[in-house]
Amino acid sequence: MDNDQRTIMAIGTKKGLWLAESTDREAWTLNGPHFLNLEVPSVAIDTREGRTRILAGVNDWHWGPTVVYSDDAGATWSEPEQGAIKFPADTDTALARIWHLRPDTAERPGVVWAGCEPISVFRSTDSGESFELNRGLWGHPHRSQWGAGFGGAAVHSIVPNAADENTIHAAMSTGGVYRTTDGGTSWEPRNKGIRVGFDPDPYPEFGQCVHHITADAQDPNRLYAQNHGGVYRTDDSGDEWISIAEGLPADFGFVFLSHPRTGGTVWTIPLQGEGERIPVGGRLSVYRSTDAGNSWSEQHDGLPDADYNVVLRDAAAVDEHPGSVGVYFGTRGGEVFASNDEGAHFATVATRLPDVLSVRAAQFAGAAQ
Amino acid sequence: MTMVTVEVPSVLANALEGQRSLQVPLPEDGTVGSILDALGERYPLFARRVRDERGQVRRYVNIFVGPDNIRRLQGLDSTVSPGQDVLIMQSVAGG
Repeated sequence: MDNDQRTIMAIGTKKGLWLAESTDREAWTLNGPHFLNLEVPSVAIDTREGRTRILAGVNDWHWGPTVVYSDDAGATWSEPEQGAIKFPADTDTALARIWHLRPDTAERPGVVWAGCEPISVFRSTDSGESFELNRGLWGHPHRSQWGAGFGGAAVHSIVPNAADENTIHAAMSTGGVYRTTDGGTSWEPRNKGIRVGFDPDPYPEFGQCVHHITADAQDPNRLYAQNHGGVYRTDDSGDEWISIAEGLPADFGFVFLSHPRTGGTVWTIPLQGEGERIPVGGRLSVYRSTDAGNSWSEQHDGLPDADYNVVLRDAAAVDEHPGSVGVYFGTRGGEVFASNDEGAHFATVATRLPDVLSVRAAQFAGAAQ
Repeated sequence: MTMVTVEVPSVLANALEGQRSLQVPLPEDGTVGSILDALGERYPLFARRVRDERGQVRRYVNIFVGPDNIRRLQGLDSTVSPGQDVLIMQSVAGG
């Protein structure tokens, strides 16, 4: 892959989807809105199978949620007529929102995961054209005890294991982290060590308000979690979590990103306390660790000093640029920032968009729009 | 066969091959639900737009038989008489 290949960024907002393209990841051309006035809480860019497919979970306030996709950089969009994600009739449940879309690894082409509200995991084997409800999680005996986070009751993170297709971690609000090791037939809570501040038992088996999880690039058994108060790492696939919040200005936040190739390199965006939910002191910064969270360094160059907007869990992403990985995020104030040097410097891509809910970026192999 | 007219807003026309007004045979039981069932078999996208997986009319979708919202009648069991039109509209929502 050439280092000067174009990059595409998908920006889902409260009122539509924007697409940005760049040849150098410094100057960006923005087009949109696509799906004007519709909420786009989830986007994914699937670069497998010899094409670049942008998937979007679109929520129409009147006509319901749906999944759409484009194979030509947003020039045209397709929507499966029967609907890609539907709850089976026997569940007597209706899909409320698609929170998370996640292509599986390159070794499993066609497999795409979706985390949805109400709390559920769906799996596609045809690149997102149709999904099937994971019955193991849906039928879990804990389900009646899972609660709703402030934004709703949903699975918001799905992390397939790169080395073992039968192992998948999923995180939900508010149930915490669950793991399957049998391909989704059964799921077990994996929250030991993750503290809750809203329950008489500070370390329950489940019920944690985990905000986001991600896996390390080189060790699939090492995962990171941004909790509702608490930043954690597990080195044993979730059996036990340890705090890695030391060195951060706050232990609250939503974002956790991991480098696509370099083990131990991760990014988070701390927010002030659980009640305030603003960048700490109004200073919007990304924090990077290169030693799996044992230490952190602030990355602020190019970011505003006074910003009081939240960065949501899916509103941040990294690309897989073969040279220097890009780091991207958007705020609820409608600003989007991009770094082409792993977060050392950021540039503003867009301002005054609607609330940014989802961001993804990838090197682009398709036709220009 | 008695026909009824179903009218939809422009944003739903793409789910009905561009049509905003359709002539639909009045089913034997004459209910709104049966009319939607028949239309939904032919136009699955239209069916998903108007009703969720449980078959319930989406929260911000209003269906009128003549001047009356079916939520103030018998819902999907509301009957449609020959000569009455069925009007589907989106409600005021969003921000």
